[in-house]
Amino acid sequence: MSTQVSLEERFQARIDAEQKIEPKDWMPEAYRKTLIRQISQHAHSEVVGMLPEGNWITRAPSLRRKVALLAKIQDEAGHGLYLYSAAETLGISREELYNELLSGKAKYSSIFNYPTLTWADMGAVGWLVDGAAIMNQVALCKCSYGPYARAMVRVCKEESFHQRQGFELLLTLSKGTPEQHAMAQDAINRWWWPSMMMFGPNDSDSPHSAQSMRWKIKQKFVDMIAEQIKVLNMTLPDPDLRWNEERGHYDFGTIDWTEFNEVLKGNGPCNRERLAARRKAWEEGAWVREAAMAHAAKRQQSV
Amino acid sequence: MANSSEFPLWEVFIRSHGGLNHKHVGSLHAADAQMALEHARDVYTRRMEGVSIWVVPSTAITASDPADTDPFFEPAKDKIYRHPTFYDIPEGLKHM
Repeated sequence: MSTQVSLEERFQARIDAEQKIEPKDWMPEAYRKTLIRQISQHAHSEVVGMLPEGNWITRAPSLRRKVALLAKIQDEAGHGLYLYSAAETLGISREELYNELLSGKAKYSSIFNYPTLTWADMGAVGWLVDGAAIMNQVALCKCSYGPYARAMVRVCKEESFHQRQGFELLLTLSKGTPEQHAMAQDAINRWWWPSMMMFGPNDSDSPHSAQSMRWKIKQKFVDMIAEQIKVLNMTLPDPDLRWNEERGHYDFGTIDWTEFNEVLKGNGPCNRERLAARRKAWEEGAWVREAAMAHAAKRQQSV
Repeated sequence: MANSSEFPLWEVFIRSHGGLNHKHVGSLHAADAQMALEHARDVYTRRMEGVSIWVVPSTAITASDPADTDPFFEPAKDKIYRHPTFYDIPEGLKHM
């Protein structure tokens, strides 16, 4: 009992001193569990996040756009892998992690349960969804768990091109034909509120702590996007959005949390489709994994 | 969950430029060493982050125990005479 207390005290002292916790260090079970949940949800989000964009690879309007989209999706696969590796250092296997996703037990970001209806969605996803993700992720580079923090440093470094290519794509459409301009505006209209929901519920309704920090990040996101959209010559679908001289920030409207909760519960437009696609990929890849292991075993024998 | 079918884990080390040492960057699963090398290239060097890669089976690594960090590194602690600053030299002495 007394050793347990001193271990906890030493752990807390290291957290307070902002020292990193490493895989083989002693840690409280609750810390380990929370980390596994958070990192694996993050990994699943990267992997499922490839699907809405994969939808447009074969229909990209030019080779330039196609290679950019492919590179972005490859990055997301890479980010998923960095994060799965970080989660595995906590004593859970890749297969367990994957099964939690495929069985529907584990969550991933709700944003990926929305469909990508037009090419302009590739721009809106990069600019708004990746833009919101980057703002949330920068804070994670400083988190207390070493492998997660190091993975996030790499992720953040690679994400910045995602946002820029999205903005460039929308700007090109904005300056195109009236139909292209309208298509870009429509994509922004559909992705704005789901992107805002990525910052989580506000103070009073959220079951989790650390919300005031989230609120600050959300305000920063609104201030940034409200300015950038002027350059795009488009508008955000929020009638309450206006500059507040007194606060020095943009005011914005309230989010429809009923919709958010429905998507979270599994009733979003694409929840079933996304999981079905991941299951199909896993099942249809089984023979490849088995063959690779058989090949490796055979080569081992012949050495 | 049975682990036998899962690809083994490999640790990845990358030399970022000629002349620098290989540095640990992370880990990945692969059926064999060749696959581990190719996956390491695709996962960790998508933007020319390396000119050389080592992959090592994770099981082959022996690590010092974090619980023993203090006693383990203790022998070097009181040997301040191993550092140049331990030695007094006259002020104004050049090139030392």
